Amino acid sequence: MSAVAPIDLPVDQKTKTQLGRGARAVERSTLRKSKARLTSKGATIAAIVIAILWTTPTLGLLITSFRPPELINTSGWWSIFTNPGFTLGNYDAVLNGSATTVSLGQSFINSIAITLPAALFPLVIASLAAYAFAWIPFKGRNILFIGVFALQVVPIQMALVPLLSLFARGLSIGDFEIFAGLGAGGNSYGQVWIAHTIFALPLAIFLLHNFISEIPQELIEAARVDGAGHGQTFFRIVLPLAMPAIASFAIFQFLWVWNDLLVALVFADGAVGPITKVLREITGNRGQDWYLLTSGAFIAMIVPLIVFFALQRFFVRGLLAGSTKG
Amino acid sequence: MSGFLKWLAGLNPFAQIPLVIGAFILVAGILIFFIEIAPRSGRRYTIIRALVCVLAPVTVFLVLGSIPLAAVVAAVLGGVFFLLDYRSREGAGYLFQLIGFLSPAVLLLTIGLLYPTVATFFKAFMNARGSRFVGLENFVFVFGQEANRVAIINTIIWVLVVPAFSTIVGLAYAVFVDKARGEKVLKALVFMPMAISFVGASIIWKFVYDANSVDQPQIGLLNGIITFFSGQPVDFINAAPWNNLFLMVILIWVQTGFAMVVLSAAIKGVPAEQMEAAQLDGTNAWERFVNVTVPGIRSSLIVVLTTISIASLKVFDIVQTMTGGANGTNVLANAVYAQKLEEGRASAFAVILFLLVLPIIIYNVRQMRLQKEIR
Amino acid sequence: MSFIVQRRFTAPFAILAVAGLALAGCSSDTGSGSGSSAGPGPGDAGDADGVVTIYGTIQDTEADLLNKSWAAWEKESGIDIQYEGSKEFEAQIGTRAQGGTAPDLAIFPQPGLLGDLASRDLVQPAPEGVASNVSEFWGEDWAGYASTGDTLYGAPLMASVKGFVWYSPAQFKEWGVEVPTTYQELLDLTKTIQGKTKTAPWCVGFGSDAATGWPGTDWVEDLVLREAGPDVYDQWVAHEIPFNDPAIKSAFDSVGEILLNPDYVNAGFGDVKSINTTPFGDPARALGDGSCALHHQASFYDGFIQDPANGNATVGPDADIWAFITPSVEAGGSAVTGGGEIVAAFSNDTDTVKVQEYLSSPEWANSRVALGGVISANKGLDPASASSPILQEAIKVLQDPATTFRFDGSDLMPGVVGAGSFWTGMVDWINGKSTDEVLDNIEATWPSE
Repeated sequence: MSAVAPIDLPVDQKTKTQLGRGARAVERSTLRKSKARLTSKGATIAAIVIAILWTTPTLGLLITSFRPPELINTSGWWSIFTNPGFTLGNYDAVLNGSATTVSLGQSFINSIAITLPAALFPLVIASLAAYAFAWIPFKGRNILFIGVFALQVVPIQMALVPLLSLFARGLSIGDFEIFAGLGAGGNSYGQVWIAHTIFALPLAIFLLHNFISEIPQELIEAARVDGAGHGQTFFRIVLPLAMPAIASFAIFQFLWVWNDLLVALVFADGAVGPITKVLREITGNRGQDWYLLTSGAFIAMIVPLIVFFALQRFFVRGLLAGSTKG
Repeated sequence: MSGFLKWLAGLNPFAQIPLVIGAFILVAGILIFFIEIAPRSGRRYTIIRALVCVLAPVTVFLVLGSIPLAAVVAAVLGGVFFLLDYRSREGAGYLFQLIGFLSPAVLLLTIGLLYPTVATFFKAFMNARGSRFVGLENFVFVFGQEANRVAIINTIIWVLVVPAFSTIVGLAYAVFVDKARGEKVLKALVFMPMAISFVGASIIWKFVYDANSVDQPQIGLLNGIITFFSGQPVDFINAAPWNNLFLMVILIWVQTGFAMVVLSAAIKGVPAEQMEAAQLDGTNAWERFVNVTVPGIRSSLIVVLTTISIASLKVFDIVQTMTGGANGTNVLANAVYAQKLEEGRASAFAVILFLLVLPIIIYNVRQMRLQKEIR
Repeated sequence: MSFIVQRRFTAPFAILAVAGLALAGCSSDTGSGSGSSAGPGPGDAGDADGVVTIYGTIQDTEADLLNKSWAAWEKESGIDIQYEGSKEFEAQIGTRAQGGTAPDLAIFPQPGLLGDLASRDLVQPAPEGVASNVSEFWGEDWAGYASTGDTLYGAPLMASVKGFVWYSPAQFKEWGVEVPTTYQELLDLTKTIQGKTKTAPWCVGFGSDAATGWPGTDWVEDLVLREAGPDVYDQWVAHEIPFNDPAIKSAFDSVGEILLNPDYVNAGFGDVKSINTTPFGDPARALGDGSCALHHQASFYDGFIQDPANGNATVGPDADIWAFITPSVEAGGSAVTGGGEIVAAFSNDTDTVKVQEYLSSPEWANSRVALGGVISANKGLDPASASSPILQEAIKVLQDPATTFRFDGSDLMPGVVGAGSFWTGMVDWINGKSTDEVLDNIEATWPSE
């Protein structure tokens, strides 16, 4: 990391706010200046090819979702013009079907209620830990950090039963009950929130540590000299500077939780099941209605896409803080 | 706690969200407040610190619903901790702050991930019921089967191919669309796979890879193209060994969006002056990319490669839903899953998976060291 | 002083290690924890709170019928039965039972999975009322499927007959062929049809997402039972003979005479390898439109054939499509394989016991079968209540004293084989792997104890 002179710092922060407010304007001005020289025709063509390759499979699904099942089975979606057929039946069947114990609408609400807290909790806890790993020197810091890092690879399947058992039965040492179990019943989001939080922590700490540790040391030291404790430094300096990084991670975490099936299957029982769980069940007893997944997948995609479009600007401002000084 | 959750569960979900988030923020705020005032000297702060040391564990234990004795033990331990902290060389309150920052994460990780991991290591040397020590029997099973060796090799191939391709394509795309017209939409297109759950993705790829006989209409796009040019349909999912590659394409398709978004943000962080200076030196676009952009986004590149590598190591849903591990497509994470109640063998697979992550850890540790030296 | 810092950091780990050991202690003795001396089972569990939860694989319209079947009884007894059906049952029930969030009752389609859980002391032994119902209304073989060791863990629920060969009576008349009575005749018949039509007579589909390959296990089971006999079949599923025993290999070879012969498969779908990629429901369409002459599948397939999406063919002795049982090696053999469900309990409160007793009674069987679509092996069942020709045929088979009935072998085997390596083995086999290699692989995955 190249040393950043202290004088740069105030400027750095000022431009940051500026950037935040007028990111688009800045972008446009640089665009005018350098576009011609930075991007070539070849690059544009390559980009378009990649975009088409990446989008075509989804486009196929979108078209298929409006075709009647007989046609889905007997002709390719690209032959839509030679084998025309349009129906909203797949959407109707998914929206009004009664294949599962939880209705699609309810599961949609469940997904939101599971995802929002489960995206926020790990971020707060992870940024606290990442701060300690980055800015509080202590013995065994590296070992502990490596340990946290390594936990990322634990197959979640191995962790499900012990955690479920803890929630359901609690924890006792001998006859001493340390933890009585959540005991909140099958209609609580409690255990799925906690489970997602735990499983997200290793990656969250790893990523946030990367950004928080790259905040210029001078900034932290200046705050400490001014008499701020670690609490204030974290709250006043680190949190605002890392906020874009935190926000972008929040988006990823939101998507991961929204699309999760494995954790939901075990921890979101019965009435609190999310939409992925319902999608898994709509195909009927023997999977014969698999074509309903075409429309189901799109209904489930709506919220993540809205989140991405609404928060896309965070990605741009986002990881700035960390990446300027590779 | 259980009371709170029960009460919460009775409410409308949309009321639950702000309430639980509010409660959580409140607790976090209190924690940060005490961390802030911990190192202050003076009798008043010492007393506050002592009180928190004793009362915080008690509250936690009571909230968790443990018996009073456990809470008393916790209070005593809290008192001991206070004394340790009081005499700490870095000054009173130092340990208090450290524990304040770390304990929520460390506690959750311990119960949720560390304990199962340790248990897995033990179970790998036990029989299926965990009742008898069997030595290396489970590992003999794993390495003794051709099919299992294939799963290990496949996992290694996944972790070599998927991160490389996702990152290269994601980086190239990020560079190509940088400051281009319609950048946002173009980025959203490649990002879209991240917004699709795997239940949906499996059906998407069915319409790409599906194979019918040549005299039947194709509903898989690739075979539609092949038969259009009078080729023989290819069974992409079943024809070993290339089927592995076609499964990897699915994960690459998903992860490229992640790589692209992170790297694109990093590229925008490369100082424009550096770019312009290089331009004035008369370098061409490729040289600028190699000499300015890549060094500028190095740390982001490492993060992206590491994250995708670990995702590739853990991949199981793609294999599980597309082939169930047949036709030489098995991978370790799916082998763990497929062993079901055979805990000994499942754990042995998991241990091998854990060992495979070591090179990635070592690489990252070296990078961290390097970074610190520069700093 | 620095050692204090160090100790500060070893201390929590020491505490964690202790806690971890303690946790390991409690989780390993979950089974015997509360009622260790009372014999098998997890001890007392569940409350008589007027609600009984049931978890199973049955979904969709069939789940609605299930709910309907006990609605009247619910009113009468005041017990609310909450049923949840899930595709993930097989994967989830073990996790839930081990994790302590098991339902009160579960409907197991695989006795092998029930046995797995029962042998881990996670399942309640059957209460007396259920045991007496089972001995009164079910044959000894069915009671055996619900038992592990000497302990009965539940009662059978519904049943199905497997190994039907679906064909078109009209086409048979046109080609002048008869329903075969031996397996050799079936092979000859295949050859005759192939000679007349110049296309493959059989259509086969193994595709079933994560369960791809299971229709193949039905083929193998049918042939093991018919060629080697019920005793070898029992030894095979109990792993008293290895999976790569010559008797099993010979059954694979017999199946291979059809499935691996490019002249005989895969009507309407392509070559031999296309078997793996054809979803098991798709041959219904090929049967219906006449492009496929023969298809091997269980009695439930009539629903697929009559599905409007597949062309609305009718099923019956004189209708578009009808079926015969896969013939034995010798004429007159009457061995069939079949499937069914076992209801077992994780709780033993009075409400759960009441529901369990009711589900094992002829009253329930009649109530459910009268709603259509299924049958039961309950002897108290009135055959007239079966709703369709194929179900009447199936009941006839089940109630015929001459029938040698055996439960679907893959459902009896431990899950890691019966719902794992056996499936993937079938896929590999179709894909060209040698029979020996496939059998050795499956044998190697058999649990160590």
